Amino acid sequence: MLMIDIIKKLTEAYGPSGREEGIRDTIKKMIESYADEIIVDTLGNLIVRKKGPGKKIMLAAHMDEVGLIVTFIDENGFLRFSNVGGVSPHLLLGERVIFQNGAVGTIGCEKLESMKDLKFSKLYLDIGVSKEEEAREKVNIGDVAVYYRNCETLGSRILGKSLDDRIGCSVLVQTLMELNEPANDVYFVFTVQEEVGVRGARTAAYRLKPHYGLAVDVTRTGDTPESETMAVSLGKGPAIKIKDTLIISHPAVKKIMKEAAEKEGIPYQLEVLERGGTDSGAIHLSREGVPSGVMSIPCRYIHTPSEMADLEDIKNGVKLLKGILNQPLS
Amino acid sequence: MLLKELSEASGVSGGESEVRRLIKEAVEPYVDELKTDMLGNLIAFKSGSKKAPRLMLSAHMDEVGLIVAGFEESGLIRFSKVGGIDDRVLVSKTVLIGEKKIPGVIGAKAIHLQKPEERKKSLKVEELYIDIGAKSKEEAKKEVKLGDYVSYNTRYQEIGVNYAKGKAFDNRVGCALLIEALKKEYTFPLYGVFTVQEEVGMRGAAVAAYRIRPDLALVIEGTTAADVIELKEESYVTTLGKGPALTFMDTSVICDKKIIETLVELAEKENIPIQFRRFTGANTDAGKISLSREGVRSVVISVPCRYIHNPVNILSLEDVKNTLKLIELFLDKLPEGGKKQAYAND
Repeated sequence: MLMIDIIKKLTEAYGPSGREEGIRDTIKKMIESYADEIIVDTLGNLIVRKKGPGKKIMLAAHMDEVGLIVTFIDENGFLRFSNVGGVSPHLLLGERVIFQNGAVGTIGCEKLESMKDLKFSKLYLDIGVSKEEEAREKVNIGDVAVYYRNCETLGSRILGKSLDDRIGCSVLVQTLMELNEPANDVYFVFTVQEEVGVRGARTAAYRLKPHYGLAVDVTRTGDTPESETMAVSLGKGPAIKIKDTLIISHPAVKKIMKEAAEKEGIPYQLEVLERGGTDSGAIHLSREGVPSGVMSIPCRYIHTPSEMADLEDIKNGVKLLKGILNQPLS
Repeated sequence: MLLKELSEASGVSGGESEVRRLIKEAVEPYVDELKTDMLGNLIAFKSGSKKAPRLMLSAHMDEVGLIVAGFEESGLIRFSKVGGIDDRVLVSKTVLIGEKKIPGVIGAKAIHLQKPEERKKSLKVEELYIDIGAKSKEEAKKEVKLGDYVSYNTRYQEIGVNYAKGKAFDNRVGCALLIEALKKEYTFPLYGVFTVQEEVGMRGAAVAAYRIRPDLALVIEGTTAADVIELKEESYVTTLGKGPALTFMDTSVICDKKIIETLVELAEKENIPIQFRRFTGANTDAGKISLSREGVRSVVISVPCRYIHNPVNILSLEDVKNTLKLIELFLDKLPEGGKKQAYAND
């Protein structure tokens, strides 16, 4: 399977926070024959072990994506909803969404005096029915919809929904497929509920008691017109996280990452993210503390229906990760 | 049911002893073990005949309130808030301070003395004070100490047709229900946990869950009912009289879908009305419990309460009855012998 096919398959799968069954099954099928051990834990994390002699390393990429949860169905069959994870109401006008059972809908808006009044409470979902009972045949309160978008390739750029963090999942899947006899005991953890508060990574880290933790996630860039300052660009290689809101990366982990990149001749960037965090935020505070870091794949337009990343960065991410895992660690 | 006594007891976060005492007396005859942990959680254990599943049934004992923060020379008392309180509801309320329950009134300038612009503004906590009828700082300090808790002074009363008004229904109604649930016998090990400090960050539940290591958790709560005049139906959150409310998601937790489905099935089969909480904000003990150790499947069942966190709440006793029915049904049906079969993910 080509890397791009893995990415396409994973980004197009359904799996908002708390409803990761679909994406979990997709990943499980892909990696089953490469794993030494597979566990699905209490919260739904998919934990995949590739045995090795050295240190216990926990890799984490979250399976969940942002979504919209149905809170009310009116007599005409329109649905009201709330956000699951960071979704801006401004992105939703005219957007098309899909539910786990395949029901599709679009988002409409009440009459507004000003665009400033655009809030979730003004938006509704139209699933093409005209009565409450008809709506209930397709969708129930508590059901969660996600963006309905295909994954496209534009040259070396990839455009699609949920690159955050199906790109990370793809990197883990590809690495596992290419990894023969790693120098370390590696746990590939596909986590749940990252978007609502890095929850899955916390319980998985508690279970695994790793020696090192490394999250693989996307990060924002500063390379678009009039962008907020950020020294990360698309196409310049995976980023080694220095800090974000939830973690200050452990010096030992940064050193391991840099040395691996330099040894393999992989381009890399250094990342300071002013707002936001990922699974390593939970992992590094597990039990007595776990030296942890993050390998980030640069990504534009995060949490929108059209996130963009560069295939070269992703492939270099796989190389870097393999380099790290093949190093005997102390 | 102990709702009246529990509602009228004082138990602001961190000062739950009066509530704990009441509950202890009520549950003692029905449980195999009863202990108070380091933070003050009351943990009741019924061993059952089987080893699994270990169920944590929990309700928080604490209520929002105030805490004494200083004394004026005049004998008036300054205070801070404990938990989420709307400043605007405090003026002119009567309160009880400390273990001695010293009565006081939250005072403010009378209307005659206010300037026109003052009348348009609502008063902030910093502008308010408690008057206990003391002539001086010294006199006030004889009765009240710095750090004493202050709770609303509201009598419980049944009103209308099967409604009740009172304070702290969030979450004394949960405590009252949990006490009732502990009176029955079950085959599985049941931990009935009355937690502390939920209103200031779900603190008690975190350490209790760590100690207990449950297989699953059911949190009993009082939740917002916003079925009031200025809102549209989609914003009601919950509605009084329409039965217990189930939570899909709040700020702290995404509830376990399979357990919710089980609850919905049971309710439908037994004709118990239920509703879903139409709001994904606010926190509950389930947030901490679900992330304890390797993770715990958790759900929340709530009794809708109007005017939550205010000095007077209103709930439907019909909802309380139906909530108890649903909880008891769930406990009766809780599959014996295994978390694996009944609650595995795949």
